[in-house]
Amino acid sequence: METSNLTKKRIKELIKDDKRMDGRKLLEFRPISVELGISKKAEGSALVKVGDTEVMVGVKLDLKEPFPDTPENGALMVIAELWPLASEKFEMGPPDVQAIELARIIDRSIRESEFINLKKLCIKKGELVWAVNLDIYPLNDAGNLIDASAMATIAAIQTAVFPSIKGDKVKYGELTAKKLPLKNPPIVITFYKIDNKFIIDPTVEEEESSDLRITVAMTFDKAGTHIHALQKSGDEPLDEEEMLKVLDSALKEGKKLSEKISK
Amino acid sequence: MTYKRPDKREYDEMRKIEAKVGIIKRADGSALFSFGNSKAIVAVYGPRKLYPQHLQNPQKCLLRCYYDLASFSVAERKRPGPSRRSTEISYVTANALKPVIDLEAFPGSVIDVYILIIQADASTRCAGINAASMALAHAGIPMKELVTSVSIGKIGDAIVADLAKEEEDYTIKKDGKEMKAATDIPFAFLSRSEKISLMQLDGKISYDDLKKAIKLARKTSKKIVEIQEQALKKVKEDKT
Repeated sequence: METSNLTKKRIKELIKDDKRMDGRKLLEFRPISVELGISKKAEGSALVKVGDTEVMVGVKLDLKEPFPDTPENGALMVIAELWPLASEKFEMGPPDVQAIELARIIDRSIRESEFINLKKLCIKKGELVWAVNLDIYPLNDAGNLIDASAMATIAAIQTAVFPSIKGDKVKYGELTAKKLPLKNPPIVITFYKIDNKFIIDPTVEEEESSDLRITVAMTFDKAGTHIHALQKSGDEPLDEEEMLKVLDSALKEGKKLSEKISK
Repeated sequence: MTYKRPDKREYDEMRKIEAKVGIIKRADGSALFSFGNSKAIVAVYGPRKLYPQHLQNPQKCLLRCYYDLASFSVAERKRPGPSRRSTEISYVTANALKPVIDLEAFPGSVIDVYILIIQADASTRCAGINAASMALAHAGIPMKELVTSVSIGKIGDAIVADLAKEEEDYTIKKDGKEMKAATDIPFAFLSRSEKISLMQLDGKISYDDLKKAIKLARKTSKKIVEIQEQALKKVKEDKT
């Protein structure tokens, strides 16, 4: 059901006093939980819940010929399937722009942060490499699919193990104990602007009251803070000052989150 | 070690820009914009009635953008038809252009913007947005300001304007391995209010360098606006 104008008005009134419908602070996530290994057939899988939002991600590994421009690198494919089971707003059929944008933001965050070391996925240069297929299936859209998908994707990747191979064929079902070659995972946070204020982890009602969002993917290491992917989306433009403010708080929130995770 | 650009450009120097308006007679508005070897042509049709009718919005006009690469525009032939990449770029391009157009002036209608890249050498979405903004103005659509787009890159340690393909693929040798060392950040600015209507990034960059990139983007886009305006003025002169 589309959010009523009355609800939107209420959301905007509350935001003026830094308040939200569910009593959260502007920059506060809903409770997050992760369930690992939800599918035995997948080489890695996870279900992440952020409040009522649920996203499932599965990792499938297969062998293929590398792309001609990167003969020594494994392949990475991210697809998001927005099945109508997760929301009345989704429809059957080929991926629409929302699904494509979601998948591409996650793709860039994983790829550019070099979370998966694709160079170590080469079996025979120019001939055979591992392909990592990441498929995102939201099960319940209660807002903030991007961040939830990123968390589920990262969790699924971290649990993934290689299947055994015979010759140049994969023997599915026979898993090895060997995990994927991984580095620091990216932290992905999306900020939504409602009436000159920025919030994170919106509900659907809050999403629909917003005309602007910015996704930031970052990593933290000894050398400092790195921004790996950015996406401004929505109809509204924003000025430089706002942009820098968002980036600044993105990095702060990201840092908090990454410290929490490493604990 | 300081980075030297392959075509000997200064860091803040763009490639040669070509901007022309009125290249497709049949269209309501059209334009060409190129950054060096990246060349975009754009045709605008509309505002016109939107069909099927159920897509019509009684409050405002729909802005539809279609961005794609011509099959021959890249080194290895691109299969014709929209890809995931082009779908996303079409979407962010529409987002970049929408804020300046008075969409409420044409309820129930559609403005179609067709962006075809005939030669691709990086920064094609920026060339497309620049051309689209000119073509919309050429079509006589009420606009509050122009939209100007440029990509800023971080190559090694240098912050440079208007990346070429060769720079986008820049790598450094580290521990005996080739490492990708280019970060690409396309921007779009509104010409008068200077708001940001498009910003994407992929690569690796620090907050401070990103600030520098925004600054350079703003500086460079001012130069582009002048070129866009000149091209638009020229049409007016030709007509009179």
